[in-house]
Amino acid sequence: MKPTLEMYLILSAVLFTIGVTGVLTRRNALIIFMSVELMLNAANLTLVAYSRFLPDISGQIFVFFVMAVAAAEVAVGLAIIVAIFRQKESVDIDKVNLMKW
Amino acid sequence: MEILQNIVFVFFVLLTVISAGVVVFHKRIIYSAFALLFTFFGVAALYVYLAADFLAASQVLIYVGGILTLIIFGVFLTAKITTLEIPDETHQRYIALIPVALLGVGLFWMIFSAPWDSTLRSVEPTTKPLGKLLLTEYLVPFEVASMLLLAALIGAMRLARFYKKEEV
Repeated sequence: MKPTLEMYLILSAVLFTIGVTGVLTRRNALIIFMSVELMLNAANLTLVAYSRFLPDISGQIFVFFVMAVAAAEVAVGLAIIVAIFRQKESVDIDKVNLMKW
Repeated sequence: MEILQNIVFVFFVLLTVISAGVVVFHKRIIYSAFALLFTFFGVAALYVYLAADFLAASQVLIYVGGILTLIIFGVFLTAKITTLEIPDETHQRYIALIPVALLGVGLFWMIFSAPWDSTLRSVEPTTKPLGKLLLTEYLVPFEVASMLLLAALIGAMRLARFYKKEEV
């Protein structure tokens, strides 16, 4: 029995849901970051699975762009987190309430 | 042979899901960061199963070599010994379950209600067609992505640099 498309889709759904749980429940900004990476990976896995079973290579190009955007996002996001940490001595997002009314 | 393949597949699926769970639920942030390493490797192995050889290599290079290193640097730069233990995180847990459950049920309902075609067709090695597509059909997005990376690089440096108070 070969792995079917459903298996990959189910795996991506599980990964994505785990990522959403992380974003919603954790308060450490870095963990939220890692959860976002998990969700991006889940979406990438879906794209590659579709591209394998269609088969059309264009799906993998999109994965490539997602990776580029993820790299940019991590660089800027971590710079922001480090800057906030310098100011507040904390990465707890409940304490970062400057723009919250 | 096929049994062995399936065993390895199940192993990588379990590795991915379990380490993803560790990332989200472990109390110590450094354990989360290292569990993320195994998730990325598991996903890279699944790319190999999906015959995406070039993407598997770039997954290891970009995610493990780049993004994870950055995240671990972030952990080192922000975690003090006293903040290694993240304080209680339960105040939202039960409320958060509602949207998570809705999302999960929705995704699974979608997966199980649609008819999927799982016939495997033969594919060639992907590096050559990927390179061709990137430099012909997707040339403009490719260049825009490089501009985005450059902008992110400069922006990150500007944000993370240490300024004295009067300099800002």
